[in-house]
Amino acid sequence: MGTQALNMDIVILFLMALAALWTVMTRSLLRSAIGLALTSAMLTILMFRLHAPLAAVFELSVCSGLISVVFIATISVTQPMSQEKVLQHMRDRLERFWYLPILLVLIGIVLSFVSFKFNLSVPLPEIEKDPRVVLWNQRPLDLLGQIIMLLTGVFGIIILFREAKQK
Amino acid sequence: MLSLMILIPLACLLLISFLPLKGKRVAFAVVMALAFFQIYAVFSPSIMANRHLPGLASVFNFTLAVDSLSRIMLLCIGIVIFIALLAAGPFVKEEDKRFYFSGLMILELMGLNGVVMVRDIFSMYVFWEVAAAASFVLIALEKKRDPLEGAFKYLIFSSVATVFVLSAIAIILLISGSTSFTDIRVALLVTPHSNLIILAVGVFLAGLFMKAGVMPFHGYLPDAYASAPAPVSILLAGVVTKTLGVYTAMRIVIDIFGFSTALKSILLCIGLISAIFGALAAMGQKDLKRLLAYSSISQVGYIFLGFGCGTPLGIAAAIFHIFNHTVFKSLLFVNAAAVEDRLGTLDMGRMSGLASRMPITGTTSVLASLSLSGVPPLAGFWSKLFIILALWQSGLYGVAVTAVLTSLLTLAYMLLLQRRVFFGTPEKNMAGVVEAGFNLTLPAVILAILIAGVGLFFPYVVHTVIFPVVSF
Repeated sequence: MGTQALNMDIVILFLMALAALWTVMTRSLLRSAIGLALTSAMLTILMFRLHAPLAAVFELSVCSGLISVVFIATISVTQPMSQEKVLQHMRDRLERFWYLPILLVLIGIVLSFVSFKFNLSVPLPEIEKDPRVVLWNQRPLDLLGQIIMLLTGVFGIIILFREAKQK
Repeated sequence: MLSLMILIPLACLLLISFLPLKGKRVAFAVVMALAFFQIYAVFSPSIMANRHLPGLASVFNFTLAVDSLSRIMLLCIGIVIFIALLAAGPFVKEEDKRFYFSGLMILELMGLNGVVMVRDIFSMYVFWEVAAAASFVLIALEKKRDPLEGAFKYLIFSSVATVFVLSAIAIILLISGSTSFTDIRVALLVTPHSNLIILAVGVFLAGLFMKAGVMPFHGYLPDAYASAPAPVSILLAGVVTKTLGVYTAMRIVIDIFGFSTALKSILLCIGLISAIFGALAAMGQKDLKRLLAYSSISQVGYIFLGFGCGTPLGIAAAIFHIFNHTVFKSLLFVNAAAVEDRLGTLDMGRMSGLASRMPITGTTSVLASLSLSGVPPLAGFWSKLFIILALWQSGLYGVAVTAVLTSLLTLAYMLLLQRRVFFGTPEKNMAGVVEAGFNLTLPAVILAILIAGVGLFFPYVVHTVIFPVVSF
């Protein structure tokens, strides 16, 4: 892999980390779901660049697309917190996690000086390229598992965030 | 037919979700029926035979399998879900909360059943995540500060465990080109990448140890168990950590990696640390559920001690102890729920002489404590005896003696619990306290009968249920 391509991957990784950070730090649940979709989109680009188009397509369609749509639809049945509560949350977070970005940057700087040398030259296994075959013939159980996972997510969001609307 | 163990709960979940409010009232009964079905299915050869579904239903013929070990786990899951549902009555009162609680229990059931029945390492991961996500929401169900903190800790530890397990799966896929247990086992025997395999085993086990909550990976467990609603504590302690951590570790070691000297040493070391320090930490607890949580850490240590021997007796003993731990720990959490329901607190400093006010809770609690401490002829005695015999047989005399001494420590903290909570003269503020309702005494009596029954008929149980597991 060329140095330019590697630099590009690092930039995308950085953007992905940024989107993920925004997802967990933003005060709005809706923005959080959008952040999740963005994180997923960055991961999709990385997967394409790492020559895993099948995984990239699934990441884009399921995580970035379907899950975001379901989450946003579910979030729409809830109501946002009051302005006062939002400010209180922000203050609490700043007090508790102010050191995290500094720590992240420091770790990044330290790791950039360390050269890791792993001998992981294993030939890539033969994997089916046709998504229909993968989904319906090879991994139907995973598909079922993901549907159940999605249902769990929906239940989770309704249970944890629904009360605001009732009030 | 094994697909039914996932498909029927899924159909029930969809059915109750689309029912009007009146229909949603039956959600509790539906989950209870599912738990009954699961217990029946474990003993039904036609369902366990894994015949293919006929006609149009053949699209749901998934690659699933069960052996004696899976059947014991399926039985434990069925029993604990049933008991947790029974005990949930006084704690989940609002109608819509009951519906969501039932839905989450079904999702948990599907996740755990999936983990137990799949024979593919990635599918196992998918169902592992389903169960973990359902557990997280269940812990946070009450949305108060403590449960949310417990759930958050569980989520963070779970995420770290996920990163470990997914990394290990990626390495294994890279080496073997497959995710099926059989293919991986064959590929690992001929691969020249032994260092990568060691890395994969180490990373995989680290993730599973986190899920099992063994020391030093236990950070989330006491908070999660103590802050969760009572029925969720029963579920977590009874079956969730055992399936996601202990069973999965057993399955991948038995079916994929096999026992090596280094692996045995790691399992024994983790088991010993967990057994001793879990018991020592339990001694200093003032909150009833936190004490039981640390006790769980200690008992999971015993399970790993038996399993770490790598001998048929050790593996059988570990599996027997999983079943026994499921039963007596569920009973102790049911007792804790009864006390919490009547007193509104779990602080042992504010309790005394409850046995005279709550005779059924007091009696069943003594039975569970004695079984947990390994007092004959109760069920816990036999599994602990087998673990110690397996250690002795493997030439691990020091570890065996330490396990015996730790068992005395267990007896000490359980007697302390009994003295603080149930024995002695009731204080004045206990004057109005009466026995817990039918919802909490019935599951306690059922579990107490199981403890005494398994203990008294242990030769039959061991020869028909436990020893067939190690006939591979």
